[in-house]
Order: sequence, then C-alpha cells, then structure tokens
Amino acid sequence: MKFGIVVFPGSNCDRDMQNALQDDLQQEVKMLWHKDNDLSDFTTDDCIVLPGGFSYGDYLRCGALARFSPMMEQVIEFANKGGKVLGVCNGFQILCEAGLLPGVLLQNDHQKFTCKNTYIVNAGSNNIVSDVVGNGALKIPVAHGEGRYHADAETLKKLEENNQIIFKYCDENGEISDAVNPNGTTLNIAGICNEGRNVFGMMPHPERACSPQLNNLDGQAILRAFAQN
Amino acid sequence: MLFQIVPAVHITALLNINMEATLEQAKQLGLQEQEFEAIKQVLGRTPNFNETAMYSVMWSEHCSYKNSIKYLKKLPKEGKRVMVAAGEENAGLIDIGDGLAVVFKIESHNHPSAIEPFQGAATGVGGIHRDIFTMGARPIAALNSLRFGNLNNKKTQHLLKGVVKGIGHYGNCFGVPTVAGEVYFEDCYQTNPLVNAMSVGIVKVGQTFSATSHGIGNPVFIVGAATGKDGIGGASFASADITEDSAEQLPAVQVGDPFEEKKLLEACMELVGTGIVVGMQDMGAAGISCSTSEMSAKEGFGMDIDLSKVPTRQANMKAWEMLLSESQERMLIVVNKGREEEMKAIFDKWDIHCELIGQVTEGPNLKYYIDGELAADLPGESLVLGGGAPQYDREYTEPKYFEQVNAFDQNTIAEPTDLKTVAENIVAQPNIASKRWVYEQYDSMVGTANASTNNPSDAGLVRLHGTDKALAVTVDCNSRYVFLNPYVGGLIAVSEAARNIVCSGGQPLAITNCLNFGNPYNPEVYYQFVHALKGMSDACIQFDTPVTGGNVSFYNQSEDGPVYPTPTIGMVGLLDHMDNAMTLNFKNEGDVIYMLGESRNDINGSEYLFKLNNVTHSPAPHFDLQEEATLQNKVAELIKAKAIRSAHDITEGGLFISLLESAMPNNLGFAIDYKDGIRKDAYLFGEAQSRVVVSVAADQTAAFEALLAGHPVEKLGTVTAGAIMIGGDNWGTVDSWKNTYDTAIEKVLAS
Repeated sequence: MKFGIVVFPGSNCDRDMQNALQDDLQQEVKMLWHKDNDLSDFTTDDCIVLPGGFSYGDYLRCGALARFSPMMEQVIEFANKGGKVLGVCNGFQILCEAGLLPGVLLQNDHQKFTCKNTYIVNAGSNNIVSDVVGNGALKIPVAHGEGRYHADAETLKKLEENNQIIFKYCDENGEISDAVNPNGTTLNIAGICNEGRNVFGMMPHPERACSPQLNNLDGQAILRAFAQN
Repeated sequence: MLFQIVPAVHITALLNINMEATLEQAKQLGLQEQEFEAIKQVLGRTPNFNETAMYSVMWSEHCSYKNSIKYLKKLPKEGKRVMVAAGEENAGLIDIGDGLAVVFKIESHNHPSAIEPFQGAATGVGGIHRDIFTMGARPIAALNSLRFGNLNNKKTQHLLKGVVKGIGHYGNCFGVPTVAGEVYFEDCYQTNPLVNAMSVGIVKVGQTFSATSHGIGNPVFIVGAATGKDGIGGASFASADITEDSAEQLPAVQVGDPFEEKKLLEACMELVGTGIVVGMQDMGAAGISCSTSEMSAKEGFGMDIDLSKVPTRQANMKAWEMLLSESQERMLIVVNKGREEEMKAIFDKWDIHCELIGQVTEGPNLKYYIDGELAADLPGESLVLGGGAPQYDREYTEPKYFEQVNAFDQNTIAEPTDLKTVAENIVAQPNIASKRWVYEQYDSMVGTANASTNNPSDAGLVRLHGTDKALAVTVDCNSRYVFLNPYVGGLIAVSEAARNIVCSGGQPLAITNCLNFGNPYNPEVYYQFVHALKGMSDACIQFDTPVTGGNVSFYNQSEDGPVYPTPTIGMVGLLDHMDNAMTLNFKNEGDVIYMLGESRNDINGSEYLFKLNNVTHSPAPHFDLQEEATLQNKVAELIKAKAIRSAHDITEGGLFISLLESAMPNNLGFAIDYKDGIRKDAYLFGEAQSRVVVSVAADQTAAFEALLAGHPVEKLGTVTAGAIMIGGDNWGTVDSWKNTYDTAIEKVLAS
C-alpha cells in the first residue's frame, strides 16, 4: 500500500503531508506533479491525497482550476474505480469542484482567514475513518478562508441518511454547538465522504497533528485509517 | 533559436541629447541640487532623464542609506558564527551547525501600508521572503511587528484590518508560517503606521546564491512576473514625509501576487546546487535599476540590458518606467553560459516568465537599450551604497521634551485603592490584551514546524525538519522606552529579544533590525537615532548577537510629528535539541512561583502610568545591562538543569500580566503576596526590566534555591486550580480574566 500526494504549483501542505506520512507514520509516499497524467502504478489499495494550499492561486474560486489539471483527470478516474482519495483543506475544495464530493466550501461567515486548533468528533459510521478514530474529540488545526460547507437540503438529507458526514466541529469534550463552529459551516460539518465511501474531504489538517515535536498526535489515527487495506 | 544574445547594439549609439534632464526635473524626482551636480561630475556630462530617474531612486534614502550609513557601520557585525556579514548580501548568514545556516532579515513597508494597507502589507511580506530565497534559502518562518494609532479610531481600525488581511493573504498563500510578532497602539502612529516584516530561512552551507555577476558574455535573465507600471518611484516615496497628498501617490504602491511568488520560490529552489547560477538578486525597491547595478558593482563588471526583451504588462512602457518599476515577484539571474536550456526548463515547469535580456560585459558601465536605442549608460558602482551614492553626516541635538521626562516624579501619582479594577483595565488595554484577532488570520502552522502552537513560549520555536534542532525567533521593541530614553530603550529592545530566546531554552545568535524613525533632517529625531543605535550596539556586544542586516526607514512622520523612535529588533536563537525547550505556561496546581530579579519601586514608562494615568513623559523603567546579563545566564542554567517548569519574562503590564499569561493556557490560577516596602501598583504593574517569573515543582524548591547561589529571587506564591488571590484578596477565577483578555480587541473592533 502506498500514498500518492498530488503537487499543484500552489500546494503548500504537500511536504507537510509527506513528512507526516513518511516520518511519523512510516508510509511509502510518491509525489505526483499536476502536469503528469500517469497513475498506472497505483491500485485501488493505494490512496491519493490532495493536500492543502492554494493550488492555482485560488483567485477565481478555491479549487476551481485544479480540477482541470491532467493529474486530476487521472485522480477522478482512480476514484471512480474505487481508489481511496483524501482531500484536506484546499484538497477538499478541489474534490467538491471536481464533483467527487457533493456540496461546496464557501467563504467563512466572519469573512476572515482563520488558523487555530479546533476539536472535531467522529459523526459517521461504516467507513474506513469512522471505524478507527473512536468517539473522542480530536484536536486538529484549521487554516482556511473558505471552509464553510454548504449543500442544498436534499443533499444534506442524503449525507445524513447515508452517514456520510465524517467529522463535526465540537468542543474539547466532544459537544457539538454553534459556539465552536469556526466558520459558520452547515451542521458543524468539518469533513464528509462520498456515497461509495472511498473519497473523503475534510477542512482540518490531520498532517499538522502527527508529530511528537509538535505535542499533538491526534491526526495520526485519521491518516492511519487510509493506510489500511 | 531560443537564446538570441542581445544585439551587441550600437556601441556607438549616442544618448539622445534632447533628453538631457533639467535641475527642475531632478528636484521633482527627489534629488537635491548638490546631488544633481554630483551626478554630472560622475558622468562628465548632464544625465538624461532615464539616468536621472535611476539616480533619484538609487540615491534615495531607502536605497542609499545616505543619512544613516555612518552609524550603521558602527554596529557590531563580527561573530564566530557569522558566515556572511551585514551589507555583503541581501541578508546575513549564520552558521547553526550540521552543515546548515540560517538567513534572516526584517524590513519595513510603512508608507505603502499607510496609503493602501492591504497591498502595502502584502508586498512587504513578499519582499522580505524574496530577500531570503534570492540567497538560495527556503523561508521557514515569518514574523511581523506592527504599530497603529488609537484602536478606537475608525481610520486605525481600517488600517489594522487591511494590514492584517494583507499579511495573511500573502503569507498564507506563499505557505510560510507566521510564528511570532507584536502589535502596539499609540497615538503617534495614527497617520504613519509601522509594518515591519521578517523572514527566516534555512540553507545548506555552500549552496547559497550571491547577488553578484561575472564572466563576460554570461547571459542575464529576468524571471518571474511581468513588469508593469506599479510601484514606480516607490523607493523615493518611502523617503518623504506622509502628507495629505500622499494618497495621490497610489501608483507608488505595488501590487502583490503570492501565487506567482510561491512558484518563483520553488523554481529558485530547484536551481540550488545545480551550478547554473552565477548570481541572483531579487527586485524590490528600484527594480531593474537596483538589481542590475548592485550585481554589477559587486565585482566591477558591466551589463548590456535590452529593455525591449523585458516581459511587460502593458504596451509601450517607457525606458524609465521599466527601469524604476517595482513590480513584485521578479528576479534577475546571471547564468553560466551554456546552461540556458536547463534554466529555461526549470522555469517552464513552473510556468514562469524566463527571458534573456542581456549579458555581462567588461564594464564598468551599465548600458540599457530600448528599441535599438541607448537609453542609459552609467557606471553601476556610482549608483550603489558603498559606491558612489552620497553619505551625509547629520547634526543632532538633545530633544526638548527630555526636560519633561526628567521632571517627572512618581510620588505625584497616588497609589490606587482598588487595584483589581486597575488590573482589569490594564488587561483590556489593546497593547496588553490577546492579539488573537490578529494572529488567527495568519497561517501559523503550515510547514508543521511551529512548536509553540501547543506549547507556548516567550519566543516562537521552529523545529528544523530532519534534525533535533529548533530556532527560537522573536521581534521586540518597546518604542515608548526608546522615546523616553533612546539609549536605554535601545539597550532594552535587544535585551528583551535575547531574554525571550533564553526563556524559551535557546541561545541568542544574532539580530536583524528595522530602524523606524522620523525625518533625519530634524536634529532631535537624529539624536534619537544616534543614541538608540548606541544602546543597541552595547547590548548586542553584551549578548554576542551581531547585527546581520536590516533596514532603515526614516520620514515616519506626519503633520502630528515624528513617530516614537522604533528600532525593531528581530532576533534568532538556536536550540541544539528540542528537548531543551522551555515553555511559559504554569503546569500544575501547587507548583511554587518565584521571580528571578528584584521588585522595584518603579512605575516609570509603564503602560499603567501612560495609559491609566495619562503620564506621557516619565523616565524609562529601571534597567542595568550587567544585571540583565546575569539574569539571562541564570535562566539558561536553570533550564539546562531542568530545575523549572515554566519561564516567562515581565514586560508590558508588569508582574500581574506576566502571571496571568502563564496561568491562562492551562486554566490555572495563582496566589501571591505583596512585598513590604514596594508600592502595590509598582509591584503589580511596574515594568522594571530584568525579571522573569518561573514555576517550580513543590518538591524541587530546595534544589532550585540551591542552584540560585545568591542570585536575587523572590518567592511569590503558588499556582492554584484557577483562583486568583492577590495579597489575600480574592480576584475571581482565571476564566473570567481570560475572557476579558481574549475579547478586548475584538469588542472594540465590533463596536
């Protein structure tokens, strides 16, 4: 099993993800340049990660251009074949723009970029992440200007019925409330998966919570979930 | 053919004499009459308009340091770890072992931010990062130091919001964490805010790029963004007072594109270690003029540059516009002949302009052509600092307001009876309260290197991936102290920076400085400048922290007068192992709280005196350099011996604020007693220097006290579960204090 991390020109969490997977979780990692279009040595046992950053500057709409890159066409095909895909922050935005995940990430309700530790709690079931992260609050930082998840009522109903909402923002005791919602996101949603349960997107950065030197290991369980076959 | 060498055009082409500049034009460009005469002497003829424009920016205060260089030369620059000294390159280079070096620098973007806060601050961030990666180093941390007027003022709020958004916009996209900083609010910065940005980078020893050129016939490339009309004359703009008309100078403010800079960074990083590059210089102030002349002057060569080849954003740009444009995200690179294709391939990969615009010549003259005509022809050396640029010695006189400072007697201030109310008022002062409204808009964690996020310390701790080491970084300057006593204020600025690093477990290495002052032609302002630098120098020698570079920003004044003299110190320290890190937060209920140093009957210069008692003029607080050095050595020793659980220095707001800041992270409280013979207000809120609050496990106090070996110390009390008890009085619990502290600035901005 190996990870592939897509590097867009404006990705800036690509190396962080690489460090977390390689150094902290001892996983095999291959970096994938956005202009390349070869995923032939990846099987559905593997996992493709779309890292955080500002893929193409994001001056238009976050992730709106990235979905058209040659590598993304391959990633879409890979996902449609059942391969595991994780999008973090800008990666989540790209997955929504590419139609691999429903809904959209809008500008934070307070109109400001926000970077701080948040707590998230497992809200789904019957998927590779929910099955392993437990039910306690995880301290995972966010860093985004457009992290307010939005979808129409029908989509939200389907997400809830299918248990596709993976993470919700909560307090350190796991209580979900408006007071701890960092950006006005619908239903405190921090991360979701697709119906096929192989494509995952989340705004918080698990790769920033994997290293003993940073005194927070809460992200390890999330990334480790994708290393399992 | 891809790489047509510039037509070795028309060596005989003559400058169009009809373009001879007049004294009138020279003055309009900001040159003085004597400077225009000096240019004629250098050239042996009257310069044309293009050349005059080039001299006007290169000889501006911003580029030439003409009114400060005499005193900058006196700053201590030597040190056993210094690999590249101040002034030799874009930034200083300090050896940190294991084959690594740290490169760092601070720079101001005050005037652009006063006019257009968002772009002004954004391009300040972009510019300082470029200074670092033009040396081949990857930036790993950013810091900033900001000053604004009264926070209740709507204009201040507009500037604050714009500056913070601008810094976030650029830094967050560029992908370097903002790990530390400071924000102050004082009336003197109302019209002229200060925006100082610092970048810290890491490079392998032996793989740095130099801002140089040699090898006749070597090709010269311009890479990065296309050249537009933005920022023309920005350097000159930065060298004049801010007036009501300044808003009309909007074209002098540059516009930044962090995505372009991120690509430029990655492309430049790919050049490291390839041997393709002869020299590289970023384009900041004075654009093509500055980069070509500085690179050429370094080894005494020349260049032929064909401006027609420069990618432009708009058609028909004139030669002088291209020469002066301060469009961002551009670099000038001299390449070893024969390596052009490799160079081009790297920039193609990142979809960045990479255009051959000239070649290195025997010199010494730089010749700029446009559409086959010679547009300017002048010796590069005559343009640059250390070369032909003018140097002046300004006169100075002791400021009149010192009389008022010296006349103050703190006995005229009655001790307040309700100290809890005073404390609540101080906690809510914008200078004291949490700056989270500001720093949460910056990505502080990208790079997974910021070790302070979950373990707060006095300086930002940045781990170095692949090693056990970490850097401790800080920016510090209490400009009020510098105003009250420029020499002592200069001493304190450096000492506080060193103290923050020592309290974080680091060893101070070196400093960069951003010298923000008023108009140098005002003798009282120049007095502040000369004496603050003397204080800085003496402290740098004491702590063995040489000055590796920085920037001077004069003319920070408006109709209201000059800003406080603000020599912002950016200091970098080293932790050989992350295990040596020390944090500022109390750890356990029952731990014993001590203060290293002595309580003093001193409220001078304090936030309490200034903001709550409206005393604008008082002496600077108590400070003694030897006492400070002894304190820092003792703190380092205690950390090494693992004798303390937290360390936090006492600064603005005094002992009470320091205790509160240590208590809040883990929701703990503290119980302390007053000290006989010390005014209660001085005890709690005085800002006498050289004091550090530490906490010690209850069963370790004997070992701790034995290690002190006579060093002055006061046992203050104990860490509680959350109650705050002062002299036996119940001051409530930490959560309500934390709420006041966290939300004070947000409440003002929301009102």
